[in-house]
Amino acid sequence: MARRYVGMAALVAAAASVATLAVADDAERKGIAAPPGHVFKTIISGYEFRSKETRALQDDDLENPGFLAVERAADVWKKVEGSEGKSCMSCHGEAETSMKGVGAAMPKWDDKLKKPVNLEQRINICRTEHMKTEPWKFKSRELTDMTTFVRYQSHGMPVAVKTDGPMSPWFERGKQIYYTRYGQLDLACESCHERNNGKFMRADFLSQGQTNGFPTYRLRDQRLVPLHERFQGCMFDVRAEPFKPLSDEFLALELYVAWRGIGLPVETPSVRN
Amino acid sequence: MRRSLAAAFALCLSAGGGLAQETAREPTKEPIRLDVVNDSLPKSLSGVPGNAAAGKKVFLTRTLGNCLACHQVTSLKSEDFHGEFGPSLDGVADRYTEAQLRLIVADPKRVFTNTVMPAFFKNDGLSRVRPEFVGKSILTAVQVEDVIAFLKTLN
Ligand code: HEC
Ligand code: HEC
Repeated sequence: MARRYVGMAALVAAAASVATLAVADDAERKGIAAPPGHVFKTIISGYEFRSKETRALQDDDLENPGFLAVERAADVWKKVEGSEGKSCMSCHGEAETSMKGVGAAMPKWDDKLKKPVNLEQRINICRTEHMKTEPWKFKSRELTDMTTFVRYQSHGMPVAVKTDGPMSPWFERGKQIYYTRYGQLDLACESCHERNNGKFMRADFLSQGQTNGFPTYRLRDQRLVPLHERFQGCMFDVRAEPFKPLSDEFLALELYVAWRGIGLPVETPSVRN
Repeated sequence: MRRSLAAAFALCLSAGGGLAQETAREPTKEPIRLDVVNDSLPKSLSGVPGNAAAGKKVFLTRTLGNCLACHQVTSLKSEDFHGEFGPSLDGVADRYTEAQLRLIVADPKRVFTNTVMPAFFKNDGLSRVRPEFVGKSILTAVQVEDVIAFLKTLN
């Protein structure tokens, strides 16, 4: 991979935020046909709701600032840490082959824990159980980098979560949260992302709230943002007390919202405003 | 196969201690009571008439009404970014009486079933409200009356 300008992101951020109003037209917004029984007829990635400039930045591997994280984590993948003297690579070999498809199918049921785990949790389980080292904190650069790196190995593969068997009560719980109105503004995920996607809420152009691009590089923050931080942000904005990152509630919600985007290609690292 | 409802419910409870915790968070302040008469609120909430200029400010300010987040208004054309969730409010003073407008702003779910428009003068029956807003309505009685005065200029 080529070397990049670190200062680039700042420049591009300024340009792209000005351009957020130049969003894709209805006509050119492409999606995939939803399976029978789905809430949408067409499932559409958040990519399609962003400006031409933001999309171009995502599409260019050399300029997409999210790839810096992929590069950083590619090194950490090989780094030995912890009392077992292991790296990720000691157990998994080349990520390009062993991690292919993994990120597309998260969250996944964990037989030992008897609950679903997402990619961040899975990475930390490997660190504590197999490497015998410290877990990374949620939102730390290390954890978000590695999450991005692993999910990138599924780039272009369709989101394919399992929602049956032991996952089904979690799916139902996630669905319940999705349709519950929270906060002083009394709005649900559904109020914005189901009923009003494709519309403006003042300067914000609303998408279906899909998760296929996460972690996503946010121009506003100039860093990669993990999914549960986005969930927190959406709840905070309606003046609700958000659930905690990696809580059972957000795991259930992650599973349910992944299902709403079933079949969408993984876009990690995506770029959003 | 979906598991039984009972199992799902058990999960709800274990997942974050949901119900009990949420009830414990309920505001201790007096809930606001609205004197609804025929789908409207005839009496001023503050006891005095509102001020249209102040109401325009409430309408535009993001931390107050932020009404423009969802509505378009032609007379506010100079402002960027009119939202599209709700209808244009042009001519709204001709469509509704002052008393009807008051209820629409104070508690729109009593007028429009399942609307996404927030209730601006309500302080209970809400879920997981952030601590700094618990027991408070989005707008004060005076601010609601000011917004009503502004809406009455839209004819
Ligand atoms: C008051 C409106 C509102 C509510 C309610 C809301 N969101 Fe959002 N959400 C937004 C806005 C604005 C954005 C940024 C633009 C976009 O992608 O839609 C966003 C973005 C997102 C994204 C990122 C999409 C992408 O492609 O990058 C996800 C995922 C998301 N929301 C999920 C949720 C979930 C889950 C809930 C409920 C807990 C929720 N949102 C509630 C307004 C809202
Ligand atoms: C989150 C979105 C949202 C916000 C914020 C919002 N509204 Fe609304 N409003 C709506 C929607 C949607 C409707 C249409 C009613 C329905 O849901 O069927 C509506 C309807 C109305 C109507 C009736 C319009 C008509 O012609 O029938 C009035 C008046 C109104 N709103 C005023 C306001 C005022 C004043 C504010 C701010 C203090 C405000 N709204 C804030 C979404 C919103």
